[in-house]
Amino acid sequence: MSVLQVENLRFVYGTDTAFEKTALDDVSFTIESGEFIGIIGHTGSGKSTLVQLLNGLLRPTEGRVLLDGKDIWEHPKKIRQIRFKVGMVFQYPEYQLFEETVYKDIAFGPGNMGLKEDEIDQRVRQAAAFTGLREEQLSCSPFELSGGEKRRAAIAGVIAMDPDVLILDEPTAGLDPLGREALLAKIADYHKVRNNTVLLVSHSMEDIAKSTDRVLVMDHGKKVMLDRTDAVFSKGDELEKIGLRVPQITRIMWLLKEKGIPVDTSVLTVEKGFQEIVKILSSQ
Amino acid sequence: MVRDITLGQYMPGHSLIHQMDARMKTVLLLAYIVFIFLCKNFISLLIMALFSLLVIFMTKISFMKYLKSLRVIMVVILLTGVMNIFYGSGTVLWQWWELKITTGGLINAAFVVVRIAMLMMVSSVLTYTTSPTDLTDGLERLMKPLTIFHVKVHEIAMMMTIALRFIPVLLEETDKIMNAQKARGADMESGHLVKRVKALIPVLIPLFVSAFRRAGDLATAMECRCYNGGKNRTRMKVLHLSGKDSGAAAVCVLLFGSVIFSNLYFPAVI
Repeated sequence: MSVLQVENLRFVYGTDTAFEKTALDDVSFTIESGEFIGIIGHTGSGKSTLVQLLNGLLRPTEGRVLLDGKDIWEHPKKIRQIRFKVGMVFQYPEYQLFEETVYKDIAFGPGNMGLKEDEIDQRVRQAAAFTGLREEQLSCSPFELSGGEKRRAAIAGVIAMDPDVLILDEPTAGLDPLGREALLAKIADYHKVRNNTVLLVSHSMEDIAKSTDRVLVMDHGKKVMLDRTDAVFSKGDELEKIGLRVPQITRIMWLLKEKGIPVDTSVLTVEKGFQEIVKILSSQ
Repeated sequence: MVRDITLGQYMPGHSLIHQMDARMKTVLLLAYIVFIFLCKNFISLLIMALFSLLVIFMTKISFMKYLKSLRVIMVVILLTGVMNIFYGSGTVLWQWWELKITTGGLINAAFVVVRIAMLMMVSSVLTYTTSPTDLTDGLERLMKPLTIFHVKVHEIAMMMTIALRFIPVLLEETDKIMNAQKARGADMESGHLVKRVKALIPVLIPLFVSAFRRAGDLATAMECRCYNGGKNRTRMKVLHLSGKDSGAAAVCVLLFGSVIFSNLYFPAVI
């Protein structure tokens, strides 16, 4: 069943001014419930605009966004309800923390939803556990946490709203390699357990390759491809033309193939690449 | 929403006015303000008004922009204008109870309205044609004599420059934080006043935190480059007074002279 459907979406910044700029032009696609979608594109390709249109922070100039088959702007006054259903984690979300304690900050979203006290409590604890925050950290001030922990607290604040669709804009930016791995694993776990839809915007092809089912490729405000992750990364030349690349391990496989070694070039993760190379070495 | 506020009013250009030295523009503006209040009759006021229009024309910036600058103080202009109509002496033209409209009042009102409008528009010439950095640089140089009284002129100017530099940065930051909180269901557009002010807390606290963080980073960066205040500091862009500036000064002296002349030789109406 499709959860999100985008029809001929167009968005223009600064309409009727000298700074008019089309950020999104005639984009259409459908996302099925439970999918893990990656969104990639060069800086300024319209990724951020697109995700802000999906949860109603921006209103389309033309076209429609359908959530569960209904136009999200059908009742503009009720747009907040849409934002609870389509949770959005912005870039560097740790800069949005403001409450006295981590607990209260995570409870901000559920509180705005008008949930009951005990329901909020349950959701806060669950969300904190999902993102790997410790129980005793809930009573700390968010400003006492480390950078990575702050980011987890901020993501927990969105997860606590239990959205049907979770959008993450560059969630691993600025984290160290271990922190990246850990956070991505948490997001993958979350996706598996809740079986909801996740959209991951990232510049890191490795992150995208590791976790997503399908990938949406954007360039200059237009949809270039939306296909299975391995299919997208098999079109390396096309990706390079729009300033993107394939994961490093895939590139290595290609180079090996060029040297005449019969490897499988559809490998997307380092583990798979390792297995492939071991397989070839042992067969020789 | 936040992006609609225009703070940096500077409009780059290459007109004669743009090319003038910021110090000269500031000094001439101050003198102009004094003289616009010294006008005693319609002839001197007309001279000043024509000169203002000439300067505005010379900046090659659309006249609409200047009218827009007036919109901000429209209420002030109207209010003082209307008040002045009822104050003053002379022939009574209309009377109702204690309220009297007199010829004197009408003249007063006309003078006040023209003066405030001119004041605003010519001040805009300065802010429209001078980049904020040039402006603070100019102010720093003009206030230099105050160092005798231990006023930290350089430090004040540096603070002004930094503050101006960070306004767009913080505006963008505000936008981002507002979006992030809206995504968590913060409601900032409805409700009564108290509720709306409360709704700003989730925006203001992160904004303050980020402002302090940026200030700390900037201080460290400045110290890493051995910044230690104004002493013995040379500048990359040295302000130069050129022929254009002396020309402008000469024209203004002529203008102010003619205002004094007309004040002396024609009867005062105010």
